[in-house]
Amino acid sequence: MANNEWLSEVRSMVGREYGRIYAWDEVNPAMVRQWCEVMGVENPLYTDPEYAVQTEFEGMVAPPAMLQAWCLEGLHMNNYPPGSTDENPYGVLKLIEAQGYPAVVAVNSELSFDRYVKMGERLYYTTRFADMGEEKTTGLGAGFFVTLIQTFYSEAPDKERLKGKEDEKVGELLFRVFKFKPAQRPKSEAKKDDQGQEEKKAEKPAIKRPKPGISDDTRFFWDGCEAGELRVQHCKCCDKLQHPPAPVCVHCQSFELDYKVASGKGELYSFVVMHYPVVPPFEHPNPIGLIQLDEGVRMPVGLTGVDPEALQNGEVKIGQRMQVEFQTFDDELTLPLFRPVDA
Amino acid sequence: MKQSISGQAAIAGLGATEFSKNSGRTELRLAMEATLAALEDAGIDPSEVDGFSSYSVDKVPEYEIARLLGCKEVKFFSQIPHGGGAACAPIMHAAMAVATGVAKTVVVYRAMNERSWYRFGTGSYGFADSPIFENVNYGWYMPHGFHTPAAWVGMFAQRYMHTYGATSEDFGRIAVAARDFAATNPNAFFYDKPITLEEHQASRWICEPLHLLDCCQESDGAVAMVITSVDRAKDLKQKPVVIKAGAQGIADGTQIMTNYYRDDITDLPEMGVVAKELYAQSGLGPDDFQTAVIYDHFTPFVLPQLEEFGFAKRGEAKEFIRAGHHARGGKLPINTHGGQLGEAYIHGMNGVAEAVRQVRGSSVNQVDDVENVLVTAGTGVPTSGLILSAA
Repeated sequence: MANNEWLSEVRSMVGREYGRIYAWDEVNPAMVRQWCEVMGVENPLYTDPEYAVQTEFEGMVAPPAMLQAWCLEGLHMNNYPPGSTDENPYGVLKLIEAQGYPAVVAVNSELSFDRYVKMGERLYYTTRFADMGEEKTTGLGAGFFVTLIQTFYSEAPDKERLKGKEDEKVGELLFRVFKFKPAQRPKSEAKKDDQGQEEKKAEKPAIKRPKPGISDDTRFFWDGCEAGELRVQHCKCCDKLQHPPAPVCVHCQSFELDYKVASGKGELYSFVVMHYPVVPPFEHPNPIGLIQLDEGVRMPVGLTGVDPEALQNGEVKIGQRMQVEFQTFDDELTLPLFRPVDA
Repeated sequence: MKQSISGQAAIAGLGATEFSKNSGRTELRLAMEATLAALEDAGIDPSEVDGFSSYSVDKVPEYEIARLLGCKEVKFFSQIPHGGGAACAPIMHAAMAVATGVAKTVVVYRAMNERSWYRFGTGSYGFADSPIFENVNYGWYMPHGFHTPAAWVGMFAQRYMHTYGATSEDFGRIAVAARDFAATNPNAFFYDKPITLEEHQASRWICEPLHLLDCCQESDGAVAMVITSVDRAKDLKQKPVVIKAGAQGIADGTQIMTNYYRDDITDLPEMGVVAKELYAQSGLGPDDFQTAVIYDHFTPFVLPQLEEFGFAKRGEAKEFIRAGHHARGGKLPINTHGGQLGEAYIHGMNGVAEAVRQVRGSSVNQVDDVENVLVTAGTGVPTSGLILSAA
């Protein structure tokens, strides 16, 4: 197979260079700022001229990782700026596909940089068909690894080019794909064929418990749950406790608040057992208690270790001693639940 | 000079759509149908309207009603927060506007497809985790799955039962009496469908201690009224229904259905604030009412309301109920339209409408010699109340 005529033909193309693709815009602060905003990059070297001028770069530069972004076509596919090539460097993939390798998966994307790019520079890149390996068989199927390398240049301004300055390489992008024959049909298609009408069922994301809104006034409580502490807000001024937490003391309106770690013990002050509507992810019947902590404040919480029937027949009733038990849901939400304990 | 809104303004017109589980038309259309019916009932031209009041969670804006009515000079408009707790407050606000001369003709309305477009009892309300107060506040309840109005009410009810010895059957007696009135009200959901106490007890749990038949049914529909001065009302088509008193109330530790942090959770101190103010404005007391509309989205809160208004002593409303004083033929028949349990849940505004009919003498379950009717609004939330009287 390796000696097939088509393969030799494709392989003979290795090393071929495809022409320039220009950037629509010069490297500019507006696009840099937007890119940083979207990517969550906060380095002032990219966005703060006053800061940047004091650095070794003596002005703002573009984030290196933005390199590929400068030369993308934009909203419309294959709409490159004037002067760009019409050649398609991915033509080689079409040739492979024509031989019965319809699928493609990207396997490597490696950026490397020669230097920072400054405001005002105009970039372009060329593409080289760098390599095509022997046929390989992988978990996905049999096919060929194809490597393309884009080389990015900063174009010398006309004035400087007259003085003999050449375009300067600023970075490189190695892009490798695997062009292959799938080893087997995707499961969903197989099912459809084998079992007629059965549709592919997307796996449903698990329904999580609603997360609480957390504010600066209440964060200590939720942090306490994570730490396995039942924290109750305490007024440094009048020494009273309160729950739920607030920005001021409900007794004396002081803003001077901290918290005490409660014993986690208390009694059942009231309760309900939720039957309807059934709302996932909660189990129903769902017993909920209003706990009066020994420290004096109340908390409505889910109950654990309680048979709903025990609440109905009075085995567990108002006045029952209860103990906190922290449980974590969905790997992200720790709640204080309460469990009945002996008096 | 002591100023008061008592006796200054009157309800001169009343309009409503049918009540259903699927109105099949827009809320704006429902609002217009009810408003035009109320103006027609009063004999007032739509262009005369110069004020509006409604309450959350109504989504029909007053400016659009004003535009469609052809109003040229609207000088007063308000929307009162907290849903059913505000049910009586638009009437109070309208009376304040009329009594002070700010407006002459105020339309009060409620129009919602609360059943067919959205529901309050789904347990899923889209609270986000950003730190605005509502998200933080409901963050104490939602993550535990403690997330329906029935459940929030149930938590108070369980403690009330424990403290005073009231039972699920006492709650059931309220539902049975309401359904008895609904059975003879052709506009009620449950027209001709009375229930027995046994059926109440056998109905499935929604949230213990509440059975299905302790809960009202979410409804589509609209109610509107026209408020003007008592003097003007006397010259209009209908017998004037005088606004004798109107009040709103927030008390110690009031929140929206989660007032679990005050010393005692078996009473309704915000309704106590309303009761005190209504009696002060009107000079009336518990013995002066022939009938009352006591907010009944869920049965248990009817009991402490009777206590807050002095119809029964603290903890003794169950005896009042067991004696049948609240039922047809009792000494204080309540919710003669069938209540929200039996007629429809129009967030309390249909109860105000029944009070208007009782004063006019036009209720299908008319009580004899009605002089004064008490109306209350949603419980467990910032609330309101009214006294409506004959001129």
